[in-house]
Amino acid sequence: MKILAPVKRVIDYNVKVKVKTNRKGVDLENVKMSMNPFDEISVEEAIRLKEAGIATEVVVISIGDKKSTETIRNALAMGADRGILVVDDQGVDIEPLAVAKILASIVADEQPDLVILGKQAIDNDMNATGQMLAALLGWGQATFASEVKIENGEAVVTREVDGGLQTISVKLPAIVTTDLRLNEPRYASLPNIMKAKKKPLVETTSVDLGVDIDPRLSVISIEEPAERVAGMKVGSVSELIEKLQDGGFV
Amino acid sequence: MTVLLLADVSGGDLSLDATASAATAAAKLGPVTVLVCGTQAAADDAANIDDVSAVLLAEGSAYSNVLAENVAALIQSISNQFSHIVAPATSTGKNILPRVAALLDVMVISDVIEVVSPDTFKRPVYAGNAIQTVKSNDAIKVISVRTSSFDAATLGGSAAVSAVETESEVGLSAHIEDKVAVSDRPELTSAKVVVAGGRGVGSEEDFTIISALADKLGGAVGASRAAVDSGFAPNDLQVGQTGKVVAPDLYIAAGISGAIQHLAGMKDSKVIVAINKDEDAPIFQVADFGLVADLFEVVPELIKRL
Ligand SMILES: Cc1cc2nc3c(=O)[nH]c(=O)nc-3n(C[C@H](O)[C@H](O)[C@H](O)COP(=O)(O)OP(=O)(O)OC[C@H]3O[C@@H](n4cnc5c(N)ncnc54)[C@H](O)[C@@H]3O)c2cc1C
Repeated sequence: MKILAPVKRVIDYNVKVKVKTNRKGVDLENVKMSMNPFDEISVEEAIRLKEAGIATEVVVISIGDKKSTETIRNALAMGADRGILVVDDQGVDIEPLAVAKILASIVADEQPDLVILGKQAIDNDMNATGQMLAALLGWGQATFASEVKIENGEAVVTREVDGGLQTISVKLPAIVTTDLRLNEPRYASLPNIMKAKKKPLVETTSVDLGVDIDPRLSVISIEEPAERVAGMKVGSVSELIEKLQDGGFV
Repeated sequence: MTVLLLADVSGGDLSLDATASAATAAAKLGPVTVLVCGTQAAADDAANIDDVSAVLLAEGSAYSNVLAENVAALIQSISNQFSHIVAPATSTGKNILPRVAALLDVMVISDVIEVVSPDTFKRPVYAGNAIQTVKSNDAIKVISVRTSSFDAATLGGSAAVSAVETESEVGLSAHIEDKVAVSDRPELTSAKVVVAGGRGVGSEEDFTIISALADKLGGAVGASRAAVDSGFAPNDLQVGQTGKVVAPDLYIAAGISGAIQHLAGMKDSKVIVAINKDEDAPIFQVADFGLVADLFEVVPELIKRL
């Protein structure tokens, strides 16, 4: 069984994002970038399925500029087998629909049994690519996974939903998107980082793949959210209760 | 043109708060038809929402568990009558809408917090650290709306309910079981008061003091990711960028440091109270009332005295 795991290079989750003064985007200069945390979880899950003897090969894909090579190498150092970089130098975020189309064309070529994606990228927060890819391929989808079992040609997936947990089964080939509690991604060891440098990584482009990635949405502006003004410190429980009661909040 | 609103249904019942909030957003775009994948009772509840002009009821067994593949195929089959397809940004809405959008070859616009015009919307990005205004150039607009950003539509309407005849059993997935927590507390995303606990609470047993304060105030219980990951609280209580977004009148955070991912889910609350023993905890930067103290002293005292 072959697994594809797409990975996105995003602003590190610890960075305090600053909106540019021209209101066209956020400041990415000299900012720490990392693999989208949800994608780390999907790479980890794919590798665990390989270690369990269920998967035979884990292929990671990234779409972005050349720096995304780093993100792919990270995944290879964690234990993925090879990488595909879809180079795009335009410097704008590629919409989930376009990403899904690129991935669908790679799926047609690679014929995996499972594609595991992060449930959302922490930059555009769209939460859409996996579901869109499933639609384009006509596959089943199991989103927001907190447990994945592969058995009898199906993925049995427990999902984090608003009311609690839901378990469904999807026929393979299928799409799974990962939630936070699926696993704890490993750190790559130094020897594995060295080994990863020699693993195969091929490059392609959306043009080579024949995919139209023109955006459907125009971003008119990006603004800072309304700033919340810090209030006051109270000195005691009595003072807190007084403030809450005076304000009519309790 | 009219708007199709996918109602939020769980276990056959209508989630009224989520659906009524999304109806407020949908009504800004045109007359609203609600699609209910559930029971007659759920459809009747939806028909009761003001702002709703018609209700479509899909009762077939293919839809009873709101599986994305079947519901998306159903929406696709009726989509040509609509200019917009809207759903509340609940776990169900987020699961289904992007699939619908891709079937229609359009982009989805997730987590809309403001309708600027029928083709232009505001939505948070980067965990709410920036607000993006986007204009859709697609023929059909597919949007999920953040329910905490819209007041729920009032009740009292009486829209006509009609049945959807088609049945699209795509056969790609099957429902096995739901493990849904039953609670007498108000629903987290629409509660007027939320009391949330973080890693500082320390254990599942001690988390009961958080629930006890919530009960005292008639509120819902929330948790940080760290509290959920550590097993103090179930996953459906997580508030934040990747959990639930809440905007109650009163949010009490105890033993929560205030990471941006947590703030993303609660900083639109009217009044925020923070209880933390670290005076430099970032939660104090958004709190209206901060108390630097041990939560194990403060919370029981609040329970006693409020
Ligand atoms: C991709 C991604 C998504 C995420 N999504 C979310 C999300 O949706 N929601 C979310 O909450 N987090 C999310 N996080 C995690 C987030 O970054 C923080 O790690 C998390 O919010 C920390 O939880 P906490 O405040 O409970 O724990 P900590 O940061 O460990 O804080 C515990 C606090 O408790 C205080 N404390 C300890 N003991 C006491 C006591 N006795 N009395 C009073 N105070 C005490 C401490 O001073 C400290 O400030 C996400 C992270 C990533 C990478």
